[in-house]
Amino acid sequence: MQPQKLTPPEIHAILSTEFGDAISALDAAEPMPSITIVDKAQWPSIAYLMREDPRLKFNYMACHSGVDYNDAAGTLGTVQNLESLGIHGHKMAIKIKCTKAENEIPSVAEVWRTADWHEREAYDLFGIVFTGHPDLRRILCPEDWEGFPLRKDYKVQEMYHGIKVPY
Amino acid sequence: MGLLDAKLDKGGAIISKVDDLFNWARLSSLWPMGFGLACCAIEMIATNCSNYDLERFGIFPRSSPRQSDVMIVAGTVTFKMADRVRRLYEQMPEPRYVLSMGSCSNCGGPYWEHGYHVVKGVDRVIPVDVYVPGCPPRPEALIGGLMKIQELIRTESIQTKKHSQPGLTPPKADFEATNEMPPQIKQQSEAKELAAAEATV
Ligand code: SF4
Repeated sequence: MQPQKLTPPEIHAILSTEFGDAISALDAAEPMPSITIVDKAQWPSIAYLMREDPRLKFNYMACHSGVDYNDAAGTLGTVQNLESLGIHGHKMAIKIKCTKAENEIPSVAEVWRTADWHEREAYDLFGIVFTGHPDLRRILCPEDWEGFPLRKDYKVQEMYHGIKVPY
Repeated sequence: MGLLDAKLDKGGAIISKVDDLFNWARLSSLWPMGFGLACCAIEMIATNCSNYDLERFGIFPRSSPRQSDVMIVAGTVTFKMADRVRRLYEQMPEPRYVLSMGSCSNCGGPYWEHGYHVVKGVDRVIPVDVYVPGCPPRPEALIGGLMKIQELIRTESIQTKKHSQPGLTPPKADFEATNEMPPQIKQQSEAKELAAAEATV
């Protein structure tokens, strides 16, 4: 099959014929067109399709970021930048949201190995729990650190192992 | 002190105080521990290399705390690292000296306010003898700091114990607690041991 760089609407069309309402409408805003996953439970199957479908072939997770939207509902989320590197050359961002109370998002560490450490980082700094992750531990902060530092309502702890933390 | 400058024209014999001899030996072979924590380490490495050539002072990095006399804390000390720095310090034989290099290890540096993970001064973990300011300090400044340590040693006597001044003992309060494995790790390592035991059966 010839490599063919798809436009964001074409990518969205392929995904919505397969998964229907599980994904949102396309947010075509440049420079990062994105699709939000509405039915989070389907995310791993969508990810597998995106990686394996010969028209899509998203073989590369370029970036994976955690976000605290800082609203009244306590929305957290991730933005995952996917790319078909060296095959079709198209890109797409996937957004998935959860809340501080229900902080679970299915893991795609099995689909893209890059997601392994990136999901651990989002867990470490935002407290998003990636269900099905093979080894969900803190990756940057010490194991026994309290709280999730990049949440907007984060308050630093007073002491750590007998050392005063604030200045 | 000038032991080496003294002319050895009296049959090759030198008369000196034991203190002076010890101090001369110590200050002429200050071996720092070879580790760096952040950008300051680059300057420390540059100081060790041929342009600035620390070896002319008898200073060259050792790769084990057991063999070192000086700890150059070159860079940002995070809380995760703080336990390790304390452990390394305790592994060094006495007399030992600590040089805090750069704003980060002096006081938290650029991370003093919003750096939740940075220790705001390595002197909260171990006692510091000499602070070298700068972000990063130039090699000349580091050499200046090391010469300050040499000056410190020059005034020492074997009769007085180093760090006997109050307030200079390391904060050991929670050291026992830090030896305790975090619960998740403990569970995992117990599970691993169990699996290994089962595998051998
Ligand atoms: S003091 Fe400056 S140069 Fe040194 S480790 Fe900190 S930020 Fe880097």
